[in-house]
Order: sequence, then C-alpha cells, then structure tokens
Amino acid sequence: MPNRVVITGLGVVAPNGVGLTPFLEAIRQGHSGIAYDPILEQLQFSCQIAGKPELSAMLIANYFSELELKNFNSSGILYGVIAAMDAWKDAGLSIANEKEPDWDSGTIFGTGTSGVDKFREAVYKIDELQARKLGSTVVGQTMASGISAYIGGKLGLGNQVSTNSSACTTGTESILMAYERIKSGQATRMLAGSTSDSGPYIWGGFDAMRVCTFKHNQSPEQGSRPMSASASGFVPGSGAGALVLESLESALSRGVRIYAEVLGGNLNSGGQRGTGTMTAPNAIAVQRCIATAVRDSGIVSKDIDLINGHLTATSKDAMEIENWSIALQRSGKDFPYINSLKSMVGHCLSAAGSIESVAAILQLHHGFIAANLNCEDLHPEITAIIDAAKIPQQTMVKNIDIIAKASFGFGDVNACIILKKHIAS
Amino acid sequence: MDRQLLLSKLKTIVASYSHDKDALEYLNETTDFTKDLKINSANLVDVVLDVEEEFDIEIDNLSMERMLNVSAAIEIIETKLKEK
Repeated sequence: MPNRVVITGLGVVAPNGVGLTPFLEAIRQGHSGIAYDPILEQLQFSCQIAGKPELSAMLIANYFSELELKNFNSSGILYGVIAAMDAWKDAGLSIANEKEPDWDSGTIFGTGTSGVDKFREAVYKIDELQARKLGSTVVGQTMASGISAYIGGKLGLGNQVSTNSSACTTGTESILMAYERIKSGQATRMLAGSTSDSGPYIWGGFDAMRVCTFKHNQSPEQGSRPMSASASGFVPGSGAGALVLESLESALSRGVRIYAEVLGGNLNSGGQRGTGTMTAPNAIAVQRCIATAVRDSGIVSKDIDLINGHLTATSKDAMEIENWSIALQRSGKDFPYINSLKSMVGHCLSAAGSIESVAAILQLHHGFIAANLNCEDLHPEITAIIDAAKIPQQTMVKNIDIIAKASFGFGDVNACIILKKHIAS
Repeated sequence: MDRQLLLSKLKTIVASYSHDKDALEYLNETTDFTKDLKINSANLVDVVLDVEEEFDIEIDNLSMERMLNVSAAIEIIETKLKEK
C-alpha cells in the first residue's frame, strides 16, 4: 500500500515577503514585490524592473556563520537555505545531531543555475591568470547541486540529496519527485523546493529575447499583468520556496499540523513537436499533463475549486486558459476560480513553481483566494472562454478544498500537482 | 539603398531561420515571418540582430515589436538608414 503524502512545513523568500508570516500578509493584501532596479538601467536593459527579495544582514546571520559568508556570492543558495530551514522549523523538525544524519529525510531542491555571480567572479580571476587564487568556495557555490548540498549539510539529511532542473517547471517538479519518493516508501520526509539567483546575469538572456516587458519602467507595480489585454511580457523575479513533505503516518505520529495532502500529479513533455518548441508549449502535452494529474489524484475535474496557473503575462496566457478549459472540460461560469501569483512577484523562473505552491497551500489552509492584480482589462480571448467572475481581482474569503497548480517551462516541459486541504479525522 | 538589393539582403538573413524553403523562394513584400516562412517566434529577435549588423543600424524595441513581416522590416530598415 503506497504511503499517503502530506505537507507539514513551509518556508519562503519572495519578492513581496521574506518568511511565512510577511508573505501570507502580502498575498492576502495583494502587495506587489516588483520594483525599479537601478542596476538594470545602468546595464541598459529593456526591462528595468524586477521582483527581488529584500534580506537584511541581520536576518542572513541567523542562517549562515561568519565563515560561511566569507567569499559567499550566490543569491540562489542564500534564498534556498533560508526558505528550507524555515520550512523545516515550521514542520516542527529538529536538526540531526552532530554524529549521525537523519537517514529517513532527504531533499530534492531545484535551481536553474547556481551562483552565477560567483561564477562570474571566478571567470574573471581565471582569465587574469589567477586560478590559484580562486579559494575553496567556488565549486560548492557554482555546482548545480550547490543548493541541495548546502541544505543537506545544514539539516543533516541522510536520504536522497539532489537538485532537479527543468526551467520554470523546476519548483513544481521538485514537489512531485519528493512525493513519489515518500509514496514509494523510500523516504519518510523530503524537503522539496526550488530557488533562483537574482540579477542581470540571470535575467539578461530573457531581456535579449524580448520576453520581458519594457513598457513599465516608470510604473513597476503595474508591470506584471497576467491575463490582461495589455500584458506585454513577464517581469523577472527571484527567490525560493520550500515545502516539507512527509508520510501521513509520520505526520500523525508526530502530532503536527498538516497543511495539505498531495493527491497526485503529472510530469510530461511535448517533445517540441506539434506547437511545441524550445520556448513554446505543445498544447496537447499541456492538456494531457493536467488531465493525467486529475486522474492520478483520484478526483474528477469538477472537484477542483481553484487553479493556480503558470500565467506569466505574455501573449501565451490565453492559450494556457484554453488548455485548462479543454483538459478539465469546464468553461464559462462552470470554470474553477483561477489566479496567478506572478501579478505580485513577477516570474521567479526556477523558483516560480515552489513559491507559487507555497502561496497555493496558504490559500488552501487559510481559506482565501489571492487577488489577480493588473488585469482590469481582461484579455478578450480569455473572457471568451471563461467567466470574468472566475478571475478574482480582490482577495476573496472562500473555503477551498482542492487546488490544481501547474508550471510550464522552456524545453516544452510541464508539471501539474493536485493539493487537497487536510481535515483531521 | 535600392529596394531590390535590400530585399535580397533580407532574404539571405531570414533564409537560415526559415522552416519553409518554398515560401522563402517566393519571398516578397507580403511575406509574413512566422506564418509564411515558419520562423520560430523566438528567432525573430535573432533576425533583428542580423539586420542590425548587416545594415549597421539600431532597431528600437517598439520597431522590433512590429517587425513581423517583410514589408514592416523594409520600412523600418529604410527609416533607420535615413536617420543615419
């Protein structure tokens, strides 16, 4: 009998809130974390606004020793470690003793790239013939698995410790991979999540592709406009989200709060066939991913109360709505409520799936639907498919039972997860 | 610059991105980059960069957004050449 899997801890470092309480407040109030970034202007980016978490030196000192911070220059690892340690603590778990790791706990913590600023430093040093002066800190901060290695060491994890990477699908994928490992009995607890570095060296490539908006440099908070007729590209963001998954049995025996149950999900790819390319999704694959996730979860599509979409604020938003509608066979007034956290935090790239999943679970647990900002002018192609009332523009107090969360990424990859509110029996 | 010459230079540029070689053969002012030439929309930015290099001009973001077909491209290139 496979294990049932529940979520017992959450942690988040987001552009509009660092830590669970400030983040919950921000999404409840509809606070934007998008701001003008002077570095992007200096570097003559087209898009000069971004979503970047604000961290004080004092806060950082709670998570890293002075020695660890010496020659440290990896924002992704910084965000990821803070979110992960917060989630662990939120789940009421303690850190393994000095002698022996916790064999039953592991992590799958994703990222797109690691320590890009550290990597840049190293490249300059090497080209200046200073390779011997790189010191001991380059590898740990720039290897793709740097984030899971840092977390594994901080918490003393003795089960699988690994980093996954699948572009903007990374965060949602990490949760599903952790879920599978617990479900199959190979681990009792897994810390899932993902992180993304901040800054021009991460965002430059997207700016060059002109997929980021260049029309809101003077009005940052209006820049991220998912589902709006005037959406003109995404706003780059960064941060990290972390979730403690564990077997229902373990959670019950520890007597801890259970936020939600992971009912199931699906991961697939469109193979860059049909309408799919490196950058555009194969619509059939997206629909198949959603429909399979619903089936895998043992529910029917009408059970879904809320969709937390990928919805980045590009011309692809209408296509995503159409895919949901076809996959769920629901439209108009019969369509579930839908929202996109990106209107508040921008597109946090490899961190998007995990930050948005943390937000989704908070909405499930606290009984509200977060507002969609900046879509007063809903795209007509979207309202042709679903009723405008299904896209709340104000925070809605509402008891919700089941959320579908999906993320889609470059490489034509898809992930959809089904989460259910847990009611103690 | 002579329009015929401009068109032939543009044709050389888009050739490497086009997935429809027949449409490329009949390229004219009404040809659409994505619909007719089947250029991947992500490659449109590369077309613009190649145009900038070939004609030694700079194409601003708003012009770039409009540069979706041959006639818009020619009009934008001619305007930018005049501004030089």
